[in-house]
Amino acid sequence: MLMSKDSEVKEVIKAEELALKQREISVSEFFTKNRHLLGFDSPAKAILMAVKEAVDNSLDATEDMRVLPDLIVEIKQLSENKFKIIIEDNGPGIVKEQIPKVFAKLLYGSKFHRLKGSRGQQGIGISAAVLYAQLTTGKPVVITSKTSPKQKAHHYWLHINTVKNEPEIVKEESFEWNKDHGTKVELELEGKYQKGKQSVDEFLKQVAIVNPHAKIIYINPLNEKIEYPRATNELPVEAQEIKPHPYGIELGILIKMLKSSESRTVSSFLQNDFSRISSTTAKEICDKANLDVKLKPEELDLAQSENLYKSMQNTKIIAPPTNCISPIGEELLVKGLKKEINADFYTAVSRSPVVYKGRPFLLEVGIAYGGDSDKEGQVRLMRFANRVPLLYQQGACAITESVQGINWRPYGLQQSTGSLPYGPLVLVVHMASVWVPFTSESKDAIAHYEDIIKEVKLALQECGRRLGIFIRKNVKAKEQKEKIDLFVKYIPELSGALSKLTGEKENMLTEELTKILHKNMKDLLSSVENKELKEEIKQDMVEQQEEMKENKFSKKDKEEKKTKQTKLLKKV
Amino acid sequence: MASDTKSKKVLEDFGNKIVDQIKKGKNPQIEMSLRNLSNIVYDTKDKILKLGNKMSSREFFNVAHSKKFLQTVEVASVIKNELLSSGKHSSLRDVFYMVKRTIPGTNVNLVDDQTESDKAIEDLEVITDFSREQLHVAANKMGSVAGKVIIEDKGDTIDWSRMGSGGWSIPSITDELIFKKVNAKYVLYMEKAAVFERLNEDKFWEKNDCIIISSQGQTTRGIRRLLQRLYEEYKLPIYVLTDNDVYGFYIYSVIKYGSIALAHASERLTIPGVKFIGITGDDVLKYDLKKHYIKLDEKDYSRIKQVSEYAWFKDNKDWQRQFKLMKDAGAKVEIQSLTSKGISFISESYLPEKIKKKEFLE
Repeated sequence: MLMSKDSEVKEVIKAEELALKQREISVSEFFTKNRHLLGFDSPAKAILMAVKEAVDNSLDATEDMRVLPDLIVEIKQLSENKFKIIIEDNGPGIVKEQIPKVFAKLLYGSKFHRLKGSRGQQGIGISAAVLYAQLTTGKPVVITSKTSPKQKAHHYWLHINTVKNEPEIVKEESFEWNKDHGTKVELELEGKYQKGKQSVDEFLKQVAIVNPHAKIIYINPLNEKIEYPRATNELPVEAQEIKPHPYGIELGILIKMLKSSESRTVSSFLQNDFSRISSTTAKEICDKANLDVKLKPEELDLAQSENLYKSMQNTKIIAPPTNCISPIGEELLVKGLKKEINADFYTAVSRSPVVYKGRPFLLEVGIAYGGDSDKEGQVRLMRFANRVPLLYQQGACAITESVQGINWRPYGLQQSTGSLPYGPLVLVVHMASVWVPFTSESKDAIAHYEDIIKEVKLALQECGRRLGIFIRKNVKAKEQKEKIDLFVKYIPELSGALSKLTGEKENMLTEELTKILHKNMKDLLSSVENKELKEEIKQDMVEQQEEMKENKFSKKDKEEKKTKQTKLLKKV
Repeated sequence: MASDTKSKKVLEDFGNKIVDQIKKGKNPQIEMSLRNLSNIVYDTKDKILKLGNKMSSREFFNVAHSKKFLQTVEVASVIKNELLSSGKHSSLRDVFYMVKRTIPGTNVNLVDDQTESDKAIEDLEVITDFSREQLHVAANKMGSVAGKVIIEDKGDTIDWSRMGSGGWSIPSITDELIFKKVNAKYVLYMEKAAVFERLNEDKFWEKNDCIIISSQGQTTRGIRRLLQRLYEEYKLPIYVLTDNDVYGFYIYSVIKYGSIALAHASERLTIPGVKFIGITGDDVLKYDLKKHYIKLDEKDYSRIKQVSEYAWFKDNKDWQRQFKLMKDAGAKVEIQSLTSKGISFISESYLPEKIKKKEFLE
């Protein structure tokens, strides 16, 4: 009894103590302690993430302005583990007043509230990079921005106040920048530069493949200048912004929308704030929910809102428009692959948009087979979401699962069941959507939704079928070539045997047979479709004939030796 | 030796035909009767399997034919130069090693395994209409003979009644044996060497004035030729003794009508008058061999179906009855099961009774 009283007393004290300690945590502070959530969990990944966020922003900005992107990415090594990253674009620039917030306030962005397929979505990316840079080097981010040829450029040195999640301007100035418009970001951060599958080099190469309209110049810490040229002057089809579709929202969002709506009735709210709702449909929804169409949206209570939500989900509404997503397209995907990957065969499939829970998405697959790719190893899988390469967590991604779930053997590749196939193949899988369901905030892997996996598989299988046809033809042609080579080798054998059988002269027979071979070559090659191979075969044959002539003398010697040997054997 | 000269001549003719085509600038071709199931016909008049009229042609400059073309010519050349010219004989295996080598500048062997050189030899038989034996290539020898017969083989005189318990081992080529004295009323051919040993120990051939011959499993060409010669030259009836199973029946069928693989040689090998002595389904019942039944498996059933539908069995009531008896019993019986009635039951009771009563199937 006594003891329990004691503990009660203690608890009271504790709660009061706690109350003193409890206060608001800013987003910035939260991410300071949980930087892995944003993908900055290792020094090598940190450099990649910083480049990735800046490049995403630059490409989105140039596309919004409808200019062909010209990007310069430079990484300089300052000390063993300190690097400076400079990314410059020719985008619209950023209005002076907004620069501090865009770069030095988390969750501030133009893309979070809109429904349109774009690279960045949450407005965390670049400010997270700035935060990480500040945490590891203490150096401010340096921003240069110019919005029009008439304006001067603005130059800002910014810090993030991690407690308040507010930008702090360290220094600012305006100056003449020899450029019409654009943005330049300079960050100093701790990191590690590496090459390989998860490097900046690989990231930019993949960016170049799915953005054939972009020109990127990259200078890496080894001072190597790599240029990814532009393959088309055609900008991607601009994605249209759409209003949310009733099937794609949750109750909480509906309540928030009801409260902030400017519409005066529920009916007009439904028609104005959602896509694909007509007045008839609005009435149907309200009737089902037992609501008067003339109610004011902000006056709906929780039960009414819930009824409205349920009714919206149960009413037949046509699928949302799909022009809110921007596919790369089969032709451009092939162009992108061709300029970055040396291969023998390219093809791409761009599926029609599909709607999942009111959110449109579409899948594209491109492949490059043969050429420089490793013939023995597993295929090189490149995953993309809204044209952004996904370099980490391949094993956790729905795209990987889809590739592994297909039987590639009928398409001419080797595969042990349930794993990635083997062969000289680069496989590009792109998911475009207004809302890509990532498994985590670091945006490395796409979540396993059946509808997505199904679409990926259909696109992969179509590419697979085309690949299979190519491989079969090619293998057949190669086998044909090898067999024709054999004729050349068989001729002297046949002459020898016939000469021994009939007493005819061997040389005469070889010459005659060679003549017949040349005469018949056209027919023999007719089954070989590949033009290059045909040429190769002809060349080979000429070379072999010459070789044979040179060997005639040495062959005679051999023959003599052989007959001597058989004679000896017979004596024994 | 005269026949060797002829053999040499046919091979040279074969070579010269090819040379002529080459000189004319033509893609050289070899034409021959097609040797596959589609071109095998059962000649109801002669009652043997024969090759039909379909021809196949093999071109040198054809990726699918080239190697076989070369193999055929090479084997012809080797046979002419290494065997016929020196009067020597060799086995199929020897021919394989005489031909086998890697073609210079490639990793291709002229022949990869013996079936290829065997095929080339069969081709030459079809092309030249000369038997393999005439071309001095022998099959494996596998079989024994005993009886009151004296023969001459390459100058040696051999008495088949004085060859001990194993009998005389039949050579692979029996065309050139010379019969000096044949004292027999019939020939008993059996599938099993063990049964041969039993009958030989019991001196069955002496007591019954006959010749006993065995091989192991399928009958070799040497034995088939020997049986045919005894049948044709001495008019001896030939009786076949096998297990009561479909494979035993097929052994009889091959001796009588020929086989698919050697349809081109049917005329030299088949014996239309041969009779099947046992073991029949009726014997099984009569001699109470049911207790030695061996259950049929799926393979047996499908083989029964196949064999019973052969043209020469299809309309033969007696044989159809045998197939039915076997299917109904769902079992087969070995010859040796007769031993359960006494070790010499087969030689003292079973065979003499059957021959006396002329209980044969045809």
